[in-house]
Amino acid sequence: MTATFDTQLLEINLGPQHPSTHGVFRMQAILDGETIVKLKPVMGYLHRNHEQLGEGMTYIASFPFTDRLDYFCAMTNNLALALAIEQLAGGIDVPERAQYIRVIMSELTRLVNHTVLVGFLLNDMGAFGTPLLYAFREREKILDLFEAASGSRMMCNYVRPGGVREDLPEGFLEQTQKIVNEYPRFLDEFEALLTDNEIILQRTQRVGVLPKELAINASVTGPMLRASGADYDIRKVDGYGIYPRFSFKVPLGTAGDVYDRYFVRILEMRESLKILQQALREIPSGPSISPKGLQLVTSPRTFRPPKGAEAYGRIEAPKGELGFYLVSDGSPQPYRYHVRAPSFINLTVLEDLCLGHKVADVIIILGSIDIVMGEVDR
Amino acid sequence: MSFAQIEELKAAIERDLPDLTLQVEGSTLIVEAKDLLRVCRFLKDAPAYEMDDLSNLTAIDYPAAGGAGPPGHIDVVYHLYSMRQKHGPIALRVKLPRDNPVVGSVTPLWRGAEFQEREAYDLFGVIFEGHPDLRRILMWEGFKGHPMRKDYVVEEQ
Repeated sequence: MTATFDTQLLEINLGPQHPSTHGVFRMQAILDGETIVKLKPVMGYLHRNHEQLGEGMTYIASFPFTDRLDYFCAMTNNLALALAIEQLAGGIDVPERAQYIRVIMSELTRLVNHTVLVGFLLNDMGAFGTPLLYAFREREKILDLFEAASGSRMMCNYVRPGGVREDLPEGFLEQTQKIVNEYPRFLDEFEALLTDNEIILQRTQRVGVLPKELAINASVTGPMLRASGADYDIRKVDGYGIYPRFSFKVPLGTAGDVYDRYFVRILEMRESLKILQQALREIPSGPSISPKGLQLVTSPRTFRPPKGAEAYGRIEAPKGELGFYLVSDGSPQPYRYHVRAPSFINLTVLEDLCLGHKVADVIIILGSIDIVMGEVDR
Repeated sequence: MSFAQIEELKAAIERDLPDLTLQVEGSTLIVEAKDLLRVCRFLKDAPAYEMDDLSNLTAIDYPAAGGAGPPGHIDVVYHLYSMRQKHGPIALRVKLPRDNPVVGSVTPLWRGAEFQEREAYDLFGVIFEGHPDLRRILMWEGFKGHPMRKDYVVEEQ
């Protein structure tokens, strides 16, 4: 049959005001019919030059600003900056109890992030509201814990070099234990509805496939990298803090499609629960910040790392490798303060994932990458 | 990476690429801009290193001290890890003249550099030769200047 219609490519903009873009993010797509033939991400709508702000204040003063990078994961953002500062200072002791508190907070953050991500992903697939509501219900319980410990549900500003800002309040561990014990039941319930759901399988399998080689070459990190089958978890590789003490597995995907990215996150939550069980069992009593850390926090202008000193501290944040790169010029303020944001760099492969798929698939591919614009645009 | 390791790395690169001049500053390897791509390709391919992951790429601005002091420079910093061998980081630095900061793009070697180089171009004005799509990424098209440079003056509101 010969073509009888004159067809042409259509350019459309998804975003910046679009409910599926998780903030103000724009994708310029060129369509052939409904198939994507070209797609360019456009970002920067939320840019506030976080790095320049960080260079205009003391090291400690940046902590509240890091909360606003990935605003689902304030605790891990704080932790990454604290580790970079500790490295820059040539090592600051962290008391045992604070190490455990950091692990507990990091893993709770991972639970929050992955739970909410799955809720949003379902939203993107067209299951409006309901799955997200259940995800938010569970998230609220953990946010209550964050509020009890730090005074704020999302902008926690809690981890400090040398420890954490304040010790845990009374009853915190008991409440955490209760939530950790109950969480598997929620995950089972969630999975019963989702994991073998025919509609989800149809929508997500073989969609947005990211080959392992490309994932590594494009510096993709976090659950998205592991869904493509690369065994790389910074908690295992760098073993920062006290992570080597905990026994947990690193779940890996095989296909690298949207489904694997969903399922890897579910499995990661189960591993986080294992870590939490161990941490809650073993957490000792004692100080929550070391004297050197406390001195740094209470008089931040006395902290002057030697001129030329530099540090790159990185952690396995829920979204991937979160790194802080600090360079000192001998003054109390960093000469250079750079954030290596996982959401930003994971977006590099967005076009590769979307080519050849339909417009509706772009929405769930973007959802499965797990971005937060506060971190992408900085 | 400790000092002994970085010296060892320097020796290994110089053995393979004898016409290079490398320097060590702290735990960072200083590479000349013209040699950068060769050093990167060596680190990526040499079986002892296999740095397959460009974790972090950013720039630092060092304006001239003024008067008869040394001229200013902009450094581009690379942090490399190996996902296959699970080691790293190796930190590389190239020093570029501030009035004409041009360096070869590493995006053909590591796709992960694509957005990070665009960011360094946008905020610092570093030109990456050979980048497939060097445009501003965070600031808007038509924006004048590079806001992360130390001498950038914020407009009065």
